[in-house]
Amino acid sequence: MKRRAFLSLLGAGGAACLLGQSAQAAGPKEFPGYPGSFGVLFDATRCIGCRRCEAGCNQVNGLPAPPEPFDDLSVLDKQRRTNAKTYTIVNRYDNIPGAAGPVFRKNQCQHCLEPACASSCFVRAFTKTPQGAVTWDASVCVGCRYCMIACPFDIPTFEYWEPLSPRIMKCTMCWPQITTGKLTVPGCVGACPVEALVYGKRADLLRIARGRFAAFPGRYLDHIYGEHEMGGTNWLYISGVPFKDIGLREDLGTTSAPQYTSGALAVVPIIATAWPALLVGIYAIHRRMDKVSHEEQVQAVTQAVAKAQEEAAAKLAKAKADAEADKKAAIEREVKKALEEAAKGQTEEDK
Amino acid sequence: MSTAAEMKKTWLTPFNIIVGIILLVGGFVTILRFTKGLAGVTNLTDNYPWGIWISFDLLCGVALAAGGFTTSAACYVFGLKRFHSAVRPAILTAFLGYSLVVFALHYDVGRPWRLPYPFFVQSGTTSVLFEVGLCVFLYLIVLFVEWVPSALEWLGFKKPRNVIVRMTLALTIFGVVLSTMHQSSLGALYLIAPSKLHPLWYSMFLPLFFFVSAIAAGLSMVLFEGTLSHHYLHDKMDKVYLSEHDGVTFGFAKGAAVVLVVYFFIKIVGITLDNNWHYLLTGYGAWFLFELLGFVALPAFLYAIAVRERNACLVRWAAVITVLGIILNRFNVSLVAFNWQLPPAQKYFPSWMEIAISVFIVTVGLLVFRFIATKMPIFYEHPDFKEHVPHEGEEEEAPEFVEHELKPHPQSLGH
Repeated sequence: MKRRAFLSLLGAGGAACLLGQSAQAAGPKEFPGYPGSFGVLFDATRCIGCRRCEAGCNQVNGLPAPPEPFDDLSVLDKQRRTNAKTYTIVNRYDNIPGAAGPVFRKNQCQHCLEPACASSCFVRAFTKTPQGAVTWDASVCVGCRYCMIACPFDIPTFEYWEPLSPRIMKCTMCWPQITTGKLTVPGCVGACPVEALVYGKRADLLRIARGRFAAFPGRYLDHIYGEHEMGGTNWLYISGVPFKDIGLREDLGTTSAPQYTSGALAVVPIIATAWPALLVGIYAIHRRMDKVSHEEQVQAVTQAVAKAQEEAAAKLAKAKADAEADKKAAIEREVKKALEEAAKGQTEEDK
Repeated sequence: MSTAAEMKKTWLTPFNIIVGIILLVGGFVTILRFTKGLAGVTNLTDNYPWGIWISFDLLCGVALAAGGFTTSAACYVFGLKRFHSAVRPAILTAFLGYSLVVFALHYDVGRPWRLPYPFFVQSGTTSVLFEVGLCVFLYLIVLFVEWVPSALEWLGFKKPRNVIVRMTLALTIFGVVLSTMHQSSLGALYLIAPSKLHPLWYSMFLPLFFFVSAIAAGLSMVLFEGTLSHHYLHDKMDKVYLSEHDGVTFGFAKGAAVVLVVYFFIKIVGITLDNNWHYLLTGYGAWFLFELLGFVALPAFLYAIAVRERNACLVRWAAVITVLGIILNRFNVSLVAFNWQLPPAQKYFPSWMEIAISVFIVTVGLLVFRFIATKMPIFYEHPDFKEHVPHEGEEEEAPEFVEHELKPHPQSLGH
């Protein structure tokens, strides 16, 4: 009984392994991005680290003033990340092998073609607009912060100090201002004094980047960061130094975030349909086995009883027959005896 | 003890004082959380959006409450009827565990009153978290329905109780399906972040790892909690519970040993498939081996020996090590191995107030468990609702067969 149960447990475990494995094959779909969507091209060979983009962003988005003014370049001595009061930051990277001096890189939301944040949000608070921006809707957000776990670029931030209405804060590529006509280009792009940032259609930006590669041989690495990274992003980077040296991870791969979970999610309906059948089957097998063993036991008992009864009957019959024979013998003996006596008496009388 | 003054004093036991302090501190931190925000009580940052309220209260809470579905499945689906007396305590633990998980989430999320939004306002079905949420939500309802007969027996409502008891098999199967999905999905939550999780812990098999280890955790938790209950609630246990207890102990220990061995090998398969062997020589590798050898292989071995030598004490130790191992694993995945490329100074460590809330929540769970287990038929069968024929510990339990009760059960003939 026990062993049988454990075997079924093992069997079910094996089935679970099979399911887990097969699911990984699911969902190799690719989304090349909305045609005609907009993006920004950042050129690390042009950026001078003046922080005017930070100031421009802060102003057009109405963000709180930072503790240090935007013309204070000493903040660049430390590596910074975006936070709930700052959508974009510029970092300085020193001592890069092969570089003449420090290299600067601006960071903000990359506006992925298939955003991890949007895929991970269980209330669909994020929208990938056909114009390219990834936006967030305060009216449904629960504040679970799974988007922050999911984002490979560490972009969404959270207003931790807000007790009851914290928001997810991140760059919107100034989509609200551009759709309402308040701006024609994002605040950071408009503020850049050296044209390190170019706003335009993503397809055009890729052409511009390649044009620069051709126009300035040796100045750039032959790679546009964001063309394929994490399935592609609307924000693109070109640089003269390796991207990992300016804080852009080169190990992210080209798989878009949703594909990492599509396999696991594909198993869900399979479990929902196959599991109950499997479990009812296991239950039915045990019921059936119990029933069979019950029947077998009943049968064995019946057989044993019948056999015992038969044996008893045979014994009884034999005893009866023996008794009968005894009786017969006794009678015969008595008769014989009587006859002998009678015969004896006769002879005595005859004498 | 005899005077009235002394009688009055007796509620000031060390237990009550400690519990009182925990509840007071918990109340205080609760007020802080909802006035000063998460920044006022936690060490969470933009790099570490999830702290111990997720690692411990959610990930460990759900894994350790897996005893509910494993026990009821073993008893009602896999036909291990001798585990029947373990079902009610396990269901109660699971129900309270899941309730507390949901309770704890109210502290962690930014706008707790919106927790039903994914189901009733706008659903993000591409999110693994949506699946987790939906399954936990539905399973909480299932556990409530599974637990309700205890309360109905206590209150003496015969009819509704019998209706629910007749649904046992359906509820059990629904519970197993939902548990399979959300236990594995908790691991699947991290599939989306391969760049953040250390390769030794990241695997496409994370969902399977979480599911299999949750079974071991559930079985071990039933064993661990059985020990505690035996110590503190012995007078509430009936003959059937006590007579079946040894069988449950060694049966579960055997199950846990098998599950842990399976878990050990699928972890090895995970490393092999991703060819991560070289990471074992790093610091993270040592930590990984510490977890895998010390908290998976060791308890599996101890369980096996304990079953072989029928040593109940060793079973308890193995259960404690397994439970600690699951906690260690969930902490490793969600905190230690998470953001492994961040400089150590930026790593997260919980504030005392985060720990206080977790302790507060566990304490609330213990108090409610004690209240229910002392009032309702959990460790004993209500005399009006007996399904056991006295002194025959292995009678029909599955309520569907109540009408056959007069027939001798095959097992009772066999023994």
